[in-house]
Amino acid sequence: MTPTNNQRLGIVTGGSLTRGVEVRLDSSASVEDMVVGRYVTIYGRKQCFLGMITDISLGVVDPRLTITPPDISDSFVAEVLTGTSTYGTLQVTPYQVIGGQADAKTKGSQPVKTIPSHFSEVKLASQDEFEQVFGKEDEERFHIGNPLDMEIKLCLNMERFVERSSGIFGKSGTGKTFFTRQLLIGMLQKSKAVNLIFDMHSEYGWKGTDEGKQRFVKGLKQLFPSQVAVFALDEKSSLRKGLTPDFVVRIGYDEIEPAVMALLRQTLNLTEPAVNAVYELHRRFGKNWLKNTLALKGVDETKDLLGELSIHESTFQNLKRGLAKLSRLGFLQPQASGDTVGRILGYLEQGKNVVLEFGRYQDITSYMLVANLLSRRIYDRYQERVEVAMAEDSAKPTPLVISIEEAHKFLNPEVASQTIFGRIAREMRKYNVTLLVIDQRPSGIDDEVMSQLGSKIAFSLDNDRDIDSVLSGVSGKGELKTVLAKLASKQQALIFGYAVPMPVSFKPCDYGETYYRRFTPSKTDITKQAEQDIEELWG
Amino acid sequence: MSETQRVGEVIESSTTDFIAQCYELYELPPLGSLVKTGDSDGELYGIVYNATTSGVEPGRRPIARGKDEASETAIYQSNPQLLKLLRSEFEVAVVGHRREGKLCQYLPPKPARIHGFVYQCLPEEVREFSQSFDFLTILIDRQLSVPTGELIAASLRQMGKVRSDDDRGHFLVTAGKELAILLSHDFNQLKAILERIKR
Ligand SMILES: Nc1ncnc2c1ncn2[C@@H]1O[C@H](COP(=O)(O)OP(=O)(O)OP(=O)(O)O)[C@@H](O)[C@H]1O
Ligand SMILES: [Mg+2]
Repeated sequence: MTPTNNQRLGIVTGGSLTRGVEVRLDSSASVEDMVVGRYVTIYGRKQCFLGMITDISLGVVDPRLTITPPDISDSFVAEVLTGTSTYGTLQVTPYQVIGGQADAKTKGSQPVKTIPSHFSEVKLASQDEFEQVFGKEDEERFHIGNPLDMEIKLCLNMERFVERSSGIFGKSGTGKTFFTRQLLIGMLQKSKAVNLIFDMHSEYGWKGTDEGKQRFVKGLKQLFPSQVAVFALDEKSSLRKGLTPDFVVRIGYDEIEPAVMALLRQTLNLTEPAVNAVYELHRRFGKNWLKNTLALKGVDETKDLLGELSIHESTFQNLKRGLAKLSRLGFLQPQASGDTVGRILGYLEQGKNVVLEFGRYQDITSYMLVANLLSRRIYDRYQERVEVAMAEDSAKPTPLVISIEEAHKFLNPEVASQTIFGRIAREMRKYNVTLLVIDQRPSGIDDEVMSQLGSKIAFSLDNDRDIDSVLSGVSGKGELKTVLAKLASKQQALIFGYAVPMPVSFKPCDYGETYYRRFTPSKTDITKQAEQDIEELWG
Repeated sequence: MSETQRVGEVIESSTTDFIAQCYELYELPPLGSLVKTGDSDGELYGIVYNATTSGVEPGRRPIARGKDEASETAIYQSNPQLLKLLRSEFEVAVVGHRREGKLCQYLPPKPARIHGFVYQCLPEEVREFSQSFDFLTILIDRQLSVPTGELIAASLRQMGKVRSDDDRGHFLVTAGKELAILLSHDFNQLKAILERIKR
């Protein structure tokens, strides 16, 4: 018997603003029906509080009861003792004050500054109370799922969401990709921002796979063909999937700058001196350093050059091996035609979202290389345009959200300061660009970057360090930790931070046929509309 | 009020108790049952907690008479005066009263009057009275000649009897919960009572 919304759960018996309040359960409410992460309303004398259950515990009035326990196989005795001699308590953290009873007409909510008084009644939060805090689905708010165990739509203010960088974390297979797809749709529909997605596993553009059901799911382009452009690094793989990419990305040797090589040090197994050598070679050959270095063959000519640049022989061998690996990447070409950055910016300017599919280049070297290289140049252009706009007091460029996966590879403490993504995170939305990072191992990400992420969505994580890093700097961390630890291993997450008034654990919408229908008007609607149009046309 | 419900008459009275004598020998109301006395001015409610049958004359004990009789009934048949020489009495703990139509489960301002008629309460009255459990506090606080636990269990069983089967379960659980709160300091007592009122 699960409690209904207007049934009283219990009363407040103690607590503090820092720890949250204790609620003693009525005997009619069973502890077993309570769930951490659930929302309750506390009816204080002057104000209503919306809070979340963060812990559940058992108590006895008389400790002797635990020493000589009653015979609970007798259902009568058991029923009598529940809620009287033995009782359940809830730990509830109040987060928001919703319209005081006196001025209940004022909609909306404020963060709590106090706690409800003794013996205030506690009930499960109703849809209306929840909506007072989170708002209803509207032009800016997008339905992202349902709060756990509640038949209420959880809506996220997408305009606010894109104002700051955010992160989606969770161990493998928890539903990060499936949820990200929905967030991207949300941004596409309900915010002015455009997205640039570095799609490592080619799951967002045309179609992705559903491991559970062994079938394909639609990507953004299938659902919103006119609002999405798919760029491909590996056009063969895209074609195989049945998609002709809007643009095939090629990177010229001359586009590779020494700074990028520094980032790739680990993945290319380069030594520290080898990276320094790149700078030397760049100084010598300029833009053509890679082409020229790859072309170096004869021992003699090499020897002289190395001597001149004071590069050690073994260092050079190490560098050669690394560069050879690089040159085997098919999308890298000595001479690349087509201005990828220009094309991407062109689409973004038109308000179209760009997905860059990596196809078979799923290695981290390709991903870091391309994502960094393109993002850096796009960010530079944004910076320029924002500065111009400020000087001339004209319109700033469309806000841009760059989505990257395996973020800890870019944003670990070692390289975070060198990558463009570290800069974007730190400079916040100064230049109208924010990040959406998706990662399995948040503990690998630089603390400073983590602290810059406005909103975080955490799916199940089983490593303590990952949990700590996701929750670092959040108030009520201890309580949220219990909530986070109780998430199911699939399709359940906790969202907290900038974009939401209070943390919520929720179940993202099921992504599949029914979901698509939210965006694609059904056939009958289309025919009806057509008939109506014809009618109007001919009067 | 039907005459059949009249069970006796008050012969001794104090603020907390009264003793009533039965009109007929052995026609005692059961242990724990709800009785009342008083008139339209104010009714007193009480719970029968003790009953005695003894000789009318104080200090004189009855003597055994059945040696040559075939059965117990035969003793009374051959000694019709016995019905006059013996009497049944019951003791009642006052647990509430009605004032201006309102039922109050606390002690009345005045004790019962001597010779006041005592009635067994009708089922609907019992149901009305047992909607509240404040009377349990009075019983728990009393030091009576019978064990309090026994008395409480008996009265709850009596109150359960006037309810339908479905209703009874709910009633006893609610009563049990009330007791669990009142007896939170004495789990053994609680356990003993619960054992006695189990369905
Ligand atoms: N919202 C959802 N709707 C339908 N199915 C889902 C949803 N979320 C997760 N799933 C199921 O869980 C599987 C794994 O989800 P997903 O690919 O998003 O995991 P992930 O967190 O991105 O994992 P990885 O870190 O390995 O990339 C999906 O293939 C799908 O079967
Ligand atoms: Mg994924």
